[in-house]
Amino acid sequence: MAGQDALFEYLLRLGDNALILGHRLSEWCGHSPALEEDLALSNVALDLIGQTQLWLNLAGEVEGKGRNADKLAYLRDARDFRNVLLVEQPNGDFAVTMARQFYFDAWHYLLLRELTGSTDSRIAEIAAKALKEVTYHLERSQEWVLRLGDGTEESHRRMQEAIDDLWVYTGELFDADAVDAAIIRDGLGPDPASLRDLWLGLVRATAEEATLSLPQPGWAQKGGKQGLHSEHLGYILADLQFLQRAYPNATW
Amino acid sequence: MTDKKEWPLWEVFIRSQHGLSHRHVGSLHAPDAEMAIMNARDVYTRRNEGVSIWVVRASDISASSPSEKGPLFDPANSKVYRHPTFYDIPEELGHM
Repeated sequence: MAGQDALFEYLLRLGDNALILGHRLSEWCGHSPALEEDLALSNVALDLIGQTQLWLNLAGEVEGKGRNADKLAYLRDARDFRNVLLVEQPNGDFAVTMARQFYFDAWHYLLLRELTGSTDSRIAEIAAKALKEVTYHLERSQEWVLRLGDGTEESHRRMQEAIDDLWVYTGELFDADAVDAAIIRDGLGPDPASLRDLWLGLVRATAEEATLSLPQPGWAQKGGKQGLHSEHLGYILADLQFLQRAYPNATW
Repeated sequence: MTDKKEWPLWEVFIRSQHGLSHRHVGSLHAPDAEMAIMNARDVYTRRNEGVSIWVVRASDISASSPSEKGPLFDPANSKVYRHPTFYDIPEELGHM
């Protein structure tokens, strides 16, 4: 795959992961179990939306067709989104949200750490800025997995269910395709497979401390990176894109 | 809802710059000290307010009793000589 095309796709993946997860977290705003959590989740959501802007603006620049982050976020259809399936999964209860966050944060952290060494200085710079934010996200979601896993009988049961249910979406994080191959070839980013052992180590250690058992690596649900999404993404986009679709070019 | 307990209250102190002391900024709820610091970070330092956070369980703070206000504080009212305004400062020291 040609370098520029692969880079555009790759940047969409980075941006869309942040955008969709940021949107999911923003759904908690005003509904969190405690005021402190409401603010914390909104902060994480805003961090992710900020990262989205950087990645998607760069994607637009690389594409060279005059699209910026707003156009890419608001005017693409589900089939053109490149986020992993994990981030579009519904919030569920607080355990599901935190398990999803922990799986993602651990991977996001490892990925960004590698991207700070990208041969493309624009990628390295965005990664460095995002890494600081994500280091905190990881700390926070990890603490919640520990507390809910090693908490009451009910919180343990719920966290174990969440860890089990979301597991099937984690395989995709480490799956490489032609886009990844081109990115690795050009030294722009790491081989996704190379992050797997580190991620497993981190997740396993936390699960053990939280008295949770991690499912066996097995069949993985994939497709998000190539634009094949679950039905959830359509609903997210309906919410996210409504205003721009109904009132094109509206500003405020 | 059987044994659902409220999180304890924590008092939050933030140091805004190196060299300054921590100041009380407010309070919040959290299950333990670690989470209290994280919550304080998210609730009270969103706009660059701090370089350091202390949290203290509100129940661990001993406070003076409002009913003792008189005996505790009134006697200081009549002791103006405790203020440094009566001391002559030598010219060469300049503004202190």
